[in-house]
Amino acid sequence: MPVVKIPNPLRSYVNGQAEVLVSGVTAGAALEDMLAQYPAFRPHLCKEDGSLRAFVNLFLERSNIRDLQGLDTPLEPNDILNLVPSIAGG
Amino acid sequence: MLPELSRQEILRYSRHLLIPEVGLEGQRKLKASSALIIGTGGLGSPVALYLAAAGVGHIGLVDYDVVEESNLQRQIVHGTGMLGGLKVESARARLLDLNPAIQVEAFNEAFTSANALRIAEPFDVIIDGTDNFPTRYLINDLCVLTGKPDVYGAIYRFEGQASVFYAREGPCYRCLFPEPPPPGLVPTCADAGVLGILPGTIGTIEATEAIKLLLGIGSSLAGRLLLYNALDMSFEYVKLKKNPECKVCGPHPEITGLVDYFEFCGVPGLDHTDSPSGADRNITALQLAKKLKRGEKIRLIDVREPHELTISHIDGAENLPLGILAAHLGELDSAQEIVLFCKSGTRSARALEILISAGFRKVKNLRGGINAWAREVDRSLPLY
Repeated sequence: MPVVKIPNPLRSYVNGQAEVLVSGVTAGAALEDMLAQYPAFRPHLCKEDGSLRAFVNLFLERSNIRDLQGLDTPLEPNDILNLVPSIAGG
Repeated sequence: MLPELSRQEILRYSRHLLIPEVGLEGQRKLKASSALIIGTGGLGSPVALYLAAAGVGHIGLVDYDVVEESNLQRQIVHGTGMLGGLKVESARARLLDLNPAIQVEAFNEAFTSANALRIAEPFDVIIDGTDNFPTRYLINDLCVLTGKPDVYGAIYRFEGQASVFYAREGPCYRCLFPEPPPPGLVPTCADAGVLGILPGTIGTIEATEAIKLLLGIGSSLAGRLLLYNALDMSFEYVKLKKNPECKVCGPHPEITGLVDYFEFCGVPGLDHTDSPSGADRNITALQLAKKLKRGEKIRLIDVREPHELTISHIDGAENLPLGILAAHLGELDSAQEIVLFCKSGTRSARALEILISAGFRKVKNLRGGINAWAREVDRSLPLY
């Protein structure tokens, strides 16, 4: 199953986990599966139209899905998705 | 015409002169170069120290803060003897002690849209060592509009990011993050904590990138975002591309000047402890103490993480961490007066918004959090 890696600032929305196992053959389906597991995460991560909020990016391996096929980007079973939010600490 | 090195400088920089990629000419380039470091905190400290040691001839430091005890766990340019002093003056003194031959210019002011162009104008590279979103967007836009490279680093607990945003060569910060997160969603280091060594790692990477840019050697992080995880000890890169819809560096920019970034980021001002919900929803520690002394029935809700209760706590307060508050609203009575608090007032301001959205009206935020309570009411409690 694909994995979504969750960075520390967003882990409180997924019970503190570093990774969430998801099902789905596209990035969008994988995201939907994760949000079905953790519904309270949805308003923080997605706009009302289902697209990702502008402060967070989803990378498939090293490529931003925005530079691929967006939420329609196809996934292989062992793919790793990386959520990368903006952080401001310094 | 590059400046000559003195005999003393040749001796000081001998390990640089031995590297073919730097050599005598590179060291003279560094002497002729300049770098503006915005923020002299966790990230700015190692950046400033290494650039000074490397012989960057003109270093600018921007900060409006004073050195506090809680800074010294990570802000290594400052020392105990400088507590209470201006950060820029503390850092300037340390840098000139390290390298008296360089020029260090201190700007004891907040970096804002009103002064950014004036301050940044003479500098070759701009280094982002700030701790807040408004200044990060300001630095990015300034660098895009003036054609300067923005050396970027940011940290959170055990994780860090670094890149070079250089719109002439690749994407800018807005290409990656068109907008900041909603206020309160990504806590600051003051609320979430940070491993003291983390800014050392990320700041040193920023200093490395600045030196490479000034020397014109190597491959910079432009077009790449470095993701560092200290717990896993992992370094990963992701690729960054220019966003054709970018509002500042795209082909049809909407942003052609510096704007009001605090409004854009949905925060009220430079004071991180202020509640975004307005003063009428705040209660001071002294006001709360008086109400409790009068015997008023107030439910005190501590929204900090459980491990913070071992540092300090207020008797009678119940712990409902911010992350689980929304799921426990059923345990609260909207008819009862509620006062929310955290360490310094930021997380409890977010909690206040959650309660108000859920229809609670008799709810207030303890301004300044338990640290204000410790300063003004119960001085037996430690500040943290």
